[in-house]
Amino acid sequence: MAAADKVDPIHQFHINKIVPIEIGGYDLSFTNSSLFMVVTVVVASAFLYLATSGRHLVPTRWQSSAELTYEFIANMLKDSAGSQGMRFFPFVFSLFMFVLVANLLGLFPYFFTVTSHIIVTFALSVLVIGVVLVYGLAKHGLGFFKLFAPSGVPAILIPLVAIIEVVSFLSRPVSLSVRLFANMLAGHITLKVFAGFIVSLGALGGVGVAGAVLPLIMTVAITGLEVLVACLQAYVFAILTCMYLNDALHPGH
Amino acid sequence: MFVTPAYGQETAPADQGATETGIVIGTEVPHEAVEEGLFPPFNPESFASQLVWLAITFGLFYLFLKRVAMPRLAGIVETRSGKIAGDLDQAARLKEEADAAVAAYEQELAQARAGAMAIGQKAREAAEAEADAARKKVETELDRKLAEAEAHITSIKSSAMKDVGTIAESTASAIIEQLVGKADKAGVASAVKSVAG
Repeated sequence: MAAADKVDPIHQFHINKIVPIEIGGYDLSFTNSSLFMVVTVVVASAFLYLATSGRHLVPTRWQSSAELTYEFIANMLKDSAGSQGMRFFPFVFSLFMFVLVANLLGLFPYFFTVTSHIIVTFALSVLVIGVVLVYGLAKHGLGFFKLFAPSGVPAILIPLVAIIEVVSFLSRPVSLSVRLFANMLAGHITLKVFAGFIVSLGALGGVGVAGAVLPLIMTVAITGLEVLVACLQAYVFAILTCMYLNDALHPGH
Repeated sequence: MFVTPAYGQETAPADQGATETGIVIGTEVPHEAVEEGLFPPFNPESFASQLVWLAITFGLFYLFLKRVAMPRLAGIVETRSGKIAGDLDQAARLKEEADAAVAAYEQELAQARAGAMAIGQKAREAAEAEADAARKKVETELDRKLAEAEAHITSIKSSAMKDVGTIAESTASAIIEQLVGKADKAGVASAVKSVAG
């Protein structure tokens, strides 16, 4: 059973209840997913809190990394949504930190990857699009729908362009969430499959052990790649959020 | 929230236990595992729990960042840029002060130089005037002395000339007395006078 568990690449995505909770017929148990959401939040908060506790004028390494992240997101938001976009800075920064830390924590063996579940990434994307819609409508009223009719398009083409724009707008939460979810899921499955090869080849003994070196090299290489993907996907999530927020701020393009 | 029932309709209710035991097949075919069991990320049973806990954790995280972490980071960054700006301002101010000091120094130097020049000029003029005066005094003195000497010479000369007449008379009388024994004093005087004439 233990050996079988090791080579099951899907096992890592199972959700296990830790504290069963049921409210109003809904199963709201505290699961391993919830646990790692809490761990993600605690780790990210502790990093930002402890790194900045010195408030040094000349930053320490930790403080410097916290400041770098802060200014990186600040510049990203300012560049894509203008200085008006800075009102969303806490939102974008917490999204980025949450996704980044969740992705990176997921790379530790035996850790659960919060972002490998589509419902989590979808909820975050819907939150982003929800903020865009609510803020855009509140600020520009019906003018927000100019978003679907870009300026400079010939009148004849407007209906066609509008349909395309609406479809692309509606597909945003899907693409945003599936991109992150699929990257995390595929990466972890690949890692597990290659790691499984090591175990099954090693069990053959002799030639098998020698052959297991190849998947071992692959596993190490893919782990490195996954670290890159974890950071990159958090970045992509944050920058797309910035661009969508830009639409809410300046719907006329 | 509106997502949950949609996924729920798609996948028939299956209990968690079945999902866990359903897939222990092999490493090479993860796709089959997805199809046979209920792939955990698409299992709607966990959706409500995940959404609720995501809302709780992400909400708290957002509040923590907004209230605590980000004001602190903003404070640090602002303090630093403020300090740098202040230091630059001070440096600019000090440079201005130094420039002003240099300008003042140069102005004073020029003034002192001009003053020294004026003093030298004055001293030179004064010395020249003094020398002129002294020379004039000496010249007048010399002129006076020259005139005096000339007058003296003239008087000596005239008196000598006068004496010459009497000497000549007495000499002539003496000669005549030697020659003729007796001399007519008036005749000798008129003769001498006519010769001297």
